[in-house]
Amino acid sequence: MLDADKHVLSILVENQPGVLSRISGLFSGRGFNIESLCVAVTTDPTVSRVTLVTKADQMIIEQIKKQLNKLINVIKVHELTGSPFVEREMVLIKVHAKPEHRAEILRTVDIFRCKVVDVGAEHYTIEVTGTEEKLDAILSLLKPIGIKEIARTGVIALFREPK
Amino acid sequence: MELTGAQILIKLLKEEGVKTIFGYPGGVVIDIYDELMKSDIRHILVRHEQGAVHAADGYARASGGVGVCLVTSGPGATNTVTGIASAYMDSIPLVVFTGQVPVHLIGNDAFQEVDIVGITRPCTKHNFLVKRTEDLAKTVKEAFHIARSGRPGPVLVDIPKNVSVTKIKYKAPGPVKMRSYNPTCNPNKRQLQKVLELIKAAERPVIFAGGGVILSKAPEELTKLAKRTQIPVTTTLMGLGAFPGTDPLWLGMIGMHGTYRANMSTAHCDLFLSVGVRFDDRVTGKTDTFASQAKIVHIDIDPTSIRKNIPVTVPVVGDCKCTLEELNRMLEGVDLGDLDKKRKPWLDQIQAWKDTKPLAYEQKDIIKPQYVVEKLYELTEGKAIITTEVGQNQMWAAQYYHFDKPNHFITSGGLGVMGFGLPAAIGAQLACPDHIVVDVAGDGSIQMNIQEMATAVQCNLPVKVVILNNGYLGMVRQWQQLFYDKRYACTCMEHAPDFVKLAEAYGASGFRATKPEEVESVLKKGLSTPGPVIMDFVVEKEECVYPMVPAGAPITEMLLV
Ligand SMILES: Cc1ncc(C[n+]2csc(CCOP(=O)(O)OP(=O)(O)O)c2C)c(N)n1
Ligand SMILES: [Mg+2]
Repeated sequence: MLDADKHVLSILVENQPGVLSRISGLFSGRGFNIESLCVAVTTDPTVSRVTLVTKADQMIIEQIKKQLNKLINVIKVHELTGSPFVEREMVLIKVHAKPEHRAEILRTVDIFRCKVVDVGAEHYTIEVTGTEEKLDAILSLLKPIGIKEIARTGVIALFREPK
Repeated sequence: MELTGAQILIKLLKEEGVKTIFGYPGGVVIDIYDELMKSDIRHILVRHEQGAVHAADGYARASGGVGVCLVTSGPGATNTVTGIASAYMDSIPLVVFTGQVPVHLIGNDAFQEVDIVGITRPCTKHNFLVKRTEDLAKTVKEAFHIARSGRPGPVLVDIPKNVSVTKIKYKAPGPVKMRSYNPTCNPNKRQLQKVLELIKAAERPVIFAGGGVILSKAPEELTKLAKRTQIPVTTTLMGLGAFPGTDPLWLGMIGMHGTYRANMSTAHCDLFLSVGVRFDDRVTGKTDTFASQAKIVHIDIDPTSIRKNIPVTVPVVGDCKCTLEELNRMLEGVDLGDLDKKRKPWLDQIQAWKDTKPLAYEQKDIIKPQYVVEKLYELTEGKAIITTEVGQNQMWAAQYYHFDKPNHFITSGGLGVMGFGLPAAIGAQLACPDHIVVDVAGDGSIQMNIQEMATAVQCNLPVKVVILNNGYLGMVRQWQQLFYDKRYACTCMEHAPDFVKLAEAYGASGFRATKPEEVESVLKKGLSTPGPVIMDFVVEKEECVYPMVPAGAPITEMLLV
């Protein structure tokens, strides 16, 4: 896709069964792409927030937003990209931790201000929160040491309030 | 008041004003049928669930209301899918009730269980699985509200057996309130002001109307706008009847099988005023060159239709009727100058296009299908409700029957479903008992839902089927002739039933014409015979529909006779 930019959408939906499949079905059926998708209930138990990251050119992102709005269970679609917003993602990284590597891993953990949440004979599990870029950075540093497996949440985001 | 789910359903249907239901029973809906029989709602027993949905579609279009179906779970539900998908593409308001296995068996691969809500998610406007009898009334109300408001469409409601059997203390649901569904009806005035300026400035304007104008019941407003501004009008297939087909400002249909003048006007206009359309590929051909000299206005209630396929100068989101009313009001005080003089060069040019390349065919020794449609138009004085099958028959009906009124041309436009016409005619006839209803059919398509002849006979519905029998899947054969060196792979119907005898076997009447001089008398006989009739016209086998724009070409590149 030429000039396809990253867009972060924040979508409020009715907290009902099937809503997620309506959204994912819309994307697959119309050939739109989903980079990541996070869903959880809001403070109002009848409303869930979906944070969806997609790549699309101008005409397509306009269609995506309109098509999402057209779904009956979708209450509101906000595009965060283009306005100030905070974005966070979390990753759990299970990294091989041979004795000769432990110090280096802990140094990295320190630099990135993340923490070790599980320790085994042969591994550490590290929890990292931050922007996508930060997560990518620590992953590339730990890669040479040997990453066993990871679990990433995908991006969640909110508008920044005016100061 | 204690009511079962089935009783609640029937009660709500009556409150919604439902008079006719199209359906087919089965195990999990017996309780609903049991209640239905006690009510004064008329149930039409079709012979295939696909027929029920197309019939409800025809009923909805001819009546301007909502079509309703009731079928059983599993195969009953899956048989409705083609009909639902067709109604979805054409934005026809339907509510389809499917039975479902009891809630405690859902997910168990129970007998005749199918996830119909999952299956129809992409081809319904919305759908529901009702898990508790307490939710039924509210859901039914929402279903009707969603089906008929905004851009209309089919809504499916899946009702598990235990939900219709369970008795609860009934509480009437309040008015429908949905925070997540509020279609925009009123147009933005500032946008309309821009439209007005464009109309004032235009020298070669064209109005382009679609099915949305008919759905929002706006043909009168559209006609008023066209006459006031002296702007010629073309429509999509779905828009036929939105503007009188006998008016001097009428350009004919646009698109792949549109008229020469409609397509040329589109290519040369400087303002393309689009109302209730979605710029389907069968309309636009190659999009880069479509109406490329024009400023494009697009009025539609569905924002997703706007800028989906074609860039637009002025988008207006709103109901067609509200918007056109407002536009007409704004035009009232406006001085448009000497319109006769101003439009003359443009209208002269259009007339020249019409004179040099009219719709044409030559009637020689063998019956021409166009001739049959033209005669049908004459004999019915243009007043019949015409449904169609799909293929050449559909296009000839669109080209040679001239529709002065909306809701008189009923066709599966977006999905192009063969087998649509006969059940749709049954639905239309039920909605309009005093009208002549004719299904213009092909010999291939008619066999896809021919079983509905039994429905027509049982209900004594005098639908007339005109088969343009060319012995081919003609439209596909036409493509093979034009683009595949006449390699007629699997398009010759080597064997077909004797349609006259078939009509008689169903208890209907059948007539056949094999020579041009028989056409008129067979039509007269067929149209005046009471009850359902099949007329079999043995027509020229290798006739083609012209003009034709090859798929994906600019619409000015028309193959002509
Ligand atoms: C259900 C379905 N299957 C296949 C097609 C593809 N198709 C489009 S037109 C056509 C030929 C229709 O033949 P007939 O009904 O005889 O009409 P004719 O074109 O000959 O008038 C076919 C097969 C379709 N539109 N619908
Ligand atoms: Mg045929």
